[in-house]
Amino acid sequence: MPWFWEGLKSGVRTLRPRAPRLPAGVTPGRPATTAVPAGASLDPELCPVGALAPQDGAIAVDFDHCIHCMRCRPPASPVQWQDDYRWALAAAPPLPPRFQRSIHVRILDAGDCGGCLSELRQLFGPVYSLHRYGIYVSPTPRDADVLLVVGPVTVGMRVALEETYAAMPDPKRVVAVGVCALNGGLFADSFAVVGGASRVVPVDVTVPGCPPPPLAILHALELVTGSSREAREVGDS
Amino acid sequence: MMNGGRDAPKAPGTPGSGPILRVGAPLADLPDTVRQLVGQDHPPFIGLVVEHTSEPPRHHLHYVWMRPAARWLVVDVSVDGAAVPSITPIVFAADWAEREAEDLFGVTFAGHPQLGDFVLHDEDWAESVAPMRRRPERPTHGGGRDPYEPPRIVKAPGQFVMPVGPVFAGAQESVRFLLETVGEEIMHAHVRLFYKYRGLEKLMEGQLATRALLVAERVSGTQALAHGLAFAQAVEALASVVAPTRARAIRTVLAEWERLRSHVGTLAGIVESTGLSVPANLLAAVEERLLQLSGRYLGHRYLFGLVALGGLTRDPGDDALHALARAGAQAVASVQDICRRLALDNSFLDRLEAVGILAPERAATLGVVGPVGRASQIRADVRLWHPYAAYREHPAAPVLESEGDGYARFRVFLREAAAAMDLIQRLVGTLPPGPIHAFVPVVPGVGLSAVEAPSGALAYWVRVGSRGVIDRCHIMTPAFLNWHGLPDTVRDFAFQDFPIIASTFGLSVADADR
Repeated sequence: MPWFWEGLKSGVRTLRPRAPRLPAGVTPGRPATTAVPAGASLDPELCPVGALAPQDGAIAVDFDHCIHCMRCRPPASPVQWQDDYRWALAAAPPLPPRFQRSIHVRILDAGDCGGCLSELRQLFGPVYSLHRYGIYVSPTPRDADVLLVVGPVTVGMRVALEETYAAMPDPKRVVAVGVCALNGGLFADSFAVVGGASRVVPVDVTVPGCPPPPLAILHALELVTGSSREAREVGDS
Repeated sequence: MMNGGRDAPKAPGTPGSGPILRVGAPLADLPDTVRQLVGQDHPPFIGLVVEHTSEPPRHHLHYVWMRPAARWLVVDVSVDGAAVPSITPIVFAADWAEREAEDLFGVTFAGHPQLGDFVLHDEDWAESVAPMRRRPERPTHGGGRDPYEPPRIVKAPGQFVMPVGPVFAGAQESVRFLLETVGEEIMHAHVRLFYKYRGLEKLMEGQLATRALLVAERVSGTQALAHGLAFAQAVEALASVVAPTRARAIRTVLAEWERLRSHVGTLAGIVESTGLSVPANLLAAVEERLLQLSGRYLGHRYLFGLVALGGLTRDPGDDALHALARAGAQAVASVQDICRRLALDNSFLDRLEAVGILAPERAATLGVVGPVGRASQIRADVRLWHPYAAYREHPAAPVLESEGDGYARFRVFLREAAAAMDLIQRLVGTLPPGPIHAFVPVVPGVGLSAVEAPSGALAYWVRVGSRGVIDRCHIMTPAFLNWHGLPDTVRDFAFQDFPIIASTFGLSVADADR
């Protein structure tokens, strides 16, 4: 009982939905496509993974490979950074409209370093409080509508990923969270890594980042349920 | 007694004193040598480094110990295909290190109690695969034997094995527990790691140190700074470069900040496992607050990309570090407030007190390190025994408990979080001016470096070859040592105690699996 009062007294810790201004630090930011003077060269040390490339008078960013090493962060570089968190991309239409009020997600760690998983824990924690959107973690794949895959798929986790996906009822969606789940990231060349999640199961929504902050993962879930503007656009096409 | 023909490793430490004591042993004398050197006072065993040379085909084994206020101890043997006498009967902490060496290099250990299925799971890999050997071809999986048969130790009527994992209900890491029982109580627990084996040590081979640093940061994302720092220090030691004073001071601030955030996360996990959702959520909100402060003042929520070879990639600036320390102190005050109330809560204490006991002698035998060890009177702390960064000028306050139960571990995590904050405040009050980066030339040789990661002693053995790329990198992690200690503490406790005891260890799977 004392904890009950303690909980009431401590007030609301949850970020307000669609707050006009985000508290600093909620998103780490990421490089943005930056216009540069014609003929300007790009210092290769700015991007050790080759995610920056000169293109038509601008430096283009390949988010599928950017690992947030921060080498290109201003003021040390000409590349500008953006502070948003709408990082996810959908390759498939959202789930049917009846899923808009409630989805159950299953989380599968396919070889994660712990960064993306920690961000998922924060997302399901008190500050982001996903329950208010009707998003729940499912204790079994049989009840899950969405599979969140984190980490490069290791040889040891390949079967677990296949079987989890097969155990989920239709319709279902797979979200690859973080660059490792997209394409293996820094670990793609390892002999013990199969590669991104799409090598094993069909992937519907991707969130790049290393790791993507909780709000970026939430954006991916919005694309899955169709509750965001972008999702409707994908669905219309 | 130096090892003829192989170069001596360099480590950061007092110049001139030679921070590593190396002892070479003929193969047959290995057990006697080890018994003489460490049989009396049992210093913490840190790891076994194996290096393979193809011309001539030989394995070089380096057993590493840390010792109080003394040099690191490294015992070397070389072997050309013969079996190595196992030291596990003398140093039980070497149990898993020898199993790993057998799996990855195909070195056989005579007298080891249990070899076979460990890093390379039998259902995925053929027995003949030894991926870490120097061979031109890429190791391939397949050819394993299905299905996996869990080991059985308990022989009793009604015995069965309860498998848990590798996939769990929430946002948990993949690992499998096999709990042997005849009913309610766990009689023997097996931890099956390495579902997440990413082969990082092999991946780093052939990479430039600047690239391998990025991989090191992602061995265990929640302890990225500790890994990056340990790797960078090893490469700096090779080049005999010491990072500038300011860089070392800020590295120390960052290391303690990471410890603070990691410990608050562990505390939240412990309270969560006991089912008290209000304090668990209050602590989880503090953890997120600390992550936001990292993002705001240091640029990355998990401190990726801050450590550079020779210092730091950027200077957060005095103002940001002062603001970080002020906001962090408030967060710590609220953690202490919540935990003060928990200490008065019987339903919380019942689940931790006298649960998952690791007695001091047993802890020394199993070889646990870090906060788990310090809750069982194991003093080992790299910051105090082998000071690095700015820990010589700003020593960490030692934290020690003796009960070795779940509540002792809870108190150690709490006290260390507060001590980390104190140290941060002392450091930001005396930040020296100056550069934050020194040039580090590529120098071939071997570097050995260690840091006290949030979960314990973390060591890197880095060999840079004549081509200027990484030839071998062995990562000796605290999670690998501490997972080894977990099964002992859950014996004779009920199934529902298992997640609670596991949470008091605060272990990362990725850190152990690599």
